[in-house]
Amino acid sequence: MDFNTKYTPQTWPEHPEQVTLEGKNKFLGFWLFLGGETVLFASLFATYLALKNKGPSGMEYSTQTLFELPLVFVMTMLLLTSSLTSVYAMYHMKNHNFKGMQTWMAITVLLGLGFLCLEIYEFNHYVHIGFTYGQSAFSSAFFTLVGTHGIHVVIGLVWIILLILRNAKRGFSLYNAPKYYTASLYWHFIDVVWVFIFTVVYLMGVVG
Amino acid sequence: MSSIAKKKGFGASVWDYLTTVDHKKIAILYLAAGGLFFVIGGIEAMLIRIQLAKPDNDFVSAGLFNEIITMHGTTMIFLAAMPILFGFMNAVMPLQIGARDVAFPFLNALGFWLFLFGGIFLNLSWFMGGAPDAGWTSYASLSLASPGHGIDFYALGLQISGAGTYIGGINFLVTIINMRAPGMTYMRMPLMTWTTFVASALILFAFPPLTIGLFFLILDRMFGANFFDHTMGGNTIIWEHLFWIFGHPEVYILILPAFGIFSEIFALFSRKRLFGYSSMVFATVLIGFLGFMVWAHHMFTVGLGPTANAIFAVATMAIAVPTGMKIFNWLLTIWGGSIKVTVPMLYALGFIPSFVAGGVTGVMQAAAPLDYQLHDSYFIVAHFHYVIVGGVVLAILAALHLYWPLMFNQMLSEKLGKWTFWFFFIGFHMTFFIQHFLGLMGMPRRVFTFRADQGWDLFNLISSIGAVFMAIGVIILVINIIITVAKNVPVGNDPWEDGRTLEWAIPQPVPFYNFKQTPLVRGLDTFWIEKQEGNKEGMTYAEPISDIHMPNNSFIPFVMTVGLFVAAFGALYNGEKTWAVPVLVLGLAITLLSMAVRSLKDDHGYHIHKEDLMNEKGGK
Amino acid sequence: MSHDAQVFVKSQTEFEYSKRKRKEAMRSQITSFAIMIFLTLIAFSAVAAGFSKYYIAPIILLLAAVQVVLQLYYFMHMNEKNHGIAAFFLYTGALFAFTFILTFLTIIWWG
Repeated sequence: MDFNTKYTPQTWPEHPEQVTLEGKNKFLGFWLFLGGETVLFASLFATYLALKNKGPSGMEYSTQTLFELPLVFVMTMLLLTSSLTSVYAMYHMKNHNFKGMQTWMAITVLLGLGFLCLEIYEFNHYVHIGFTYGQSAFSSAFFTLVGTHGIHVVIGLVWIILLILRNAKRGFSLYNAPKYYTASLYWHFIDVVWVFIFTVVYLMGVVG
Repeated sequence: MSSIAKKKGFGASVWDYLTTVDHKKIAILYLAAGGLFFVIGGIEAMLIRIQLAKPDNDFVSAGLFNEIITMHGTTMIFLAAMPILFGFMNAVMPLQIGARDVAFPFLNALGFWLFLFGGIFLNLSWFMGGAPDAGWTSYASLSLASPGHGIDFYALGLQISGAGTYIGGINFLVTIINMRAPGMTYMRMPLMTWTTFVASALILFAFPPLTIGLFFLILDRMFGANFFDHTMGGNTIIWEHLFWIFGHPEVYILILPAFGIFSEIFALFSRKRLFGYSSMVFATVLIGFLGFMVWAHHMFTVGLGPTANAIFAVATMAIAVPTGMKIFNWLLTIWGGSIKVTVPMLYALGFIPSFVAGGVTGVMQAAAPLDYQLHDSYFIVAHFHYVIVGGVVLAILAALHLYWPLMFNQMLSEKLGKWTFWFFFIGFHMTFFIQHFLGLMGMPRRVFTFRADQGWDLFNLISSIGAVFMAIGVIILVINIIITVAKNVPVGNDPWEDGRTLEWAIPQPVPFYNFKQTPLVRGLDTFWIEKQEGNKEGMTYAEPISDIHMPNNSFIPFVMTVGLFVAAFGALYNGEKTWAVPVLVLGLAITLLSMAVRSLKDDHGYHIHKEDLMNEKGGK
Repeated sequence: MSHDAQVFVKSQTEFEYSKRKRKEAMRSQITSFAIMIFLTLIAFSAVAAGFSKYYIAPIILLLAAVQVVLQLYYFMHMNEKNHGIAAFFLYTGALFAFTFILTFLTIIWWG
């Protein structure tokens, strides 16, 4: 029983990501990392809430004048759907359907790229109208919070793309199953953070 | 692949340490690097005490004094105490739970190199235009105004070394949760393992806020953000919150492993089971949890309002309860034991009154109204040196003697060790006890000098003489180490003769694959149980001898870290030098590429074959 | 590390059974996805409708919390066993996160 063992759907274990000790460690370590990430984003959210709409006196930008809900809605839908597609990918992993998994992972990447493009467009737009990174405490906090999430999206995309390419010709093994699994966990977590961002930053920002 | 280590030349040994993923070797690296920074921080401490030895002294200038105190605090906390404790955790914890290695050997190495390069980066500030000078807390209102690059070195250096600590914390947690030997239930884990576990959990939750705080500082100073600048709507209190949300758990990250070390020592040298084991575990977890709910007691005088101050005051005082439980448990462990006063035991006995003194002044400061009087005075300096030197440093020195035979198969001289203890212990109390009174007399913290008519000269002189005593103690320790290493007398198995926990059951020198067969744990203090039952071999095993899977060495952690190190220079000179951005990009590219290489290149490790293990008879 | 992985060949019945189980699980994933989309729609339309903010804010926060729970328990499989420690650390993190946000909203000295 090596990492190179070839499995069939009949022999493929129920939880391929947690069969080897390495897989178990990766699985647990990644969840702990997500626990830390929770605190990391909490610090960013806390700072954002403390500095929301704060700036030099007479600042013209505020959450109510800046944010465009339709764009945020589309971004939300893209990311939410990409979360479902990566669930599909994991479903196919458990069914030992490699092609299915790769396809759904690729769709996840496409949706993620769409989200990223919209976010870049949004940031670009803000900078264009003068709401730059250094404009105020509010702008710094906003760009840092949403931008950190954006960087997470980039990292997730690069990670998944590398996984897809690296394993394209190799099929399943107990070595790469945990890698796919943690990547999908990461992607879901990005969505979890986004749920709070669209609620706390955008929706509550528009409400005032 | 041949699996048995051979004699190597010097170059090969260096390469071996640069690429090692073995927790025992990484422990030695942590100990060596942490020891080096401990000496640097110690020299800075001596400079402080020379400057304050007499009134109106001009030994160093005010600006340089600020740099020295900042670097003393930062170095001692981040680069000396924590790494040395990490060294002991690495050396002992996997053996204590009967694990083959840590969960992520590669990340373990990465964590070490990140810490080391972060530390080097921070200390390079001395030679590149001045060290940070806003105190180890680096409050934003001061640090934003600090000219030069000192603060930038602080923020970037701590960011890098903090990432290493964070990685190390996750690694320890997963190791303890997933890799315990059969029979090693949670409630059979030795206290050293338990405290490592809780301290690692604190690292997991405390370092992200620090990361964010440091990022804000970096972004404010180098990339034009406005988090702390009130003219742009920023708020400097945010830094204080973020720093202390990290900073208070940090002191428990330091002291809990110290508690663990002393718990081992008390049981070992009283030759008795640790009294109240389960309450010790409970107290450890409770301290860890409460440690997160009290950070604002560092900020009583900020003006958070009476309600907030009251809540945090009560929460702070509550921590005294589990800590008190621990003190009584230790006392009752000694009670009626067959005590052997070895050097580690001496430190443990000295620790109790010293630490209790520090704890009591802590409760005094927890009372918010009194804290208004004590805040930013030498009373505070005395308090935190009593807990950190009287707790953590005594534990480090004790552990150095206790675990030296386990790590190096040699015994440090007991005689010289006792000299070290007495010099250090007397010097410590002489230096810091009197500082309580200096504080009450009104001497503020962080002043670079005082006047002769203020009535502080005698006490300051006594304090400085005490510091010399401590320095002598440390010098004797260094001599002790040199002599021991030069003599190189192997000590063999169970060097303290009364070992109770698994790490003492392993043959000496410890084979690179740890236990040949995974041990079966039959209770708390499992090695002691086996010995009491007359088991010659010292251990019952859970499996027959079979192939052992080992991770390959890797140079990638080193390269990854160098990338961040280079990138940090780019960030530091952003907007000032034209090469800054290219260097930043280059450094990050090195790191990201080496991450990609790590990810894309399969690394399945190798196996030590059963036959080789049989031939080796216990391994070498 | 790899030698503890046993190859276990499922019988045809077992195989069919686990396949069907996975299919059922997938169906509940899609249900939860539908609920998430629905909750998002409610949140956005509540804001677009322009009700009072004291009314909207708690509702959309609650909707977000529900959505995250679905995400965690279905999409991230926290409802399966073997997630106890993961849940423990995640909730501890969430508790600390809540404390931090609470303090940043109340005691940073000025509003």
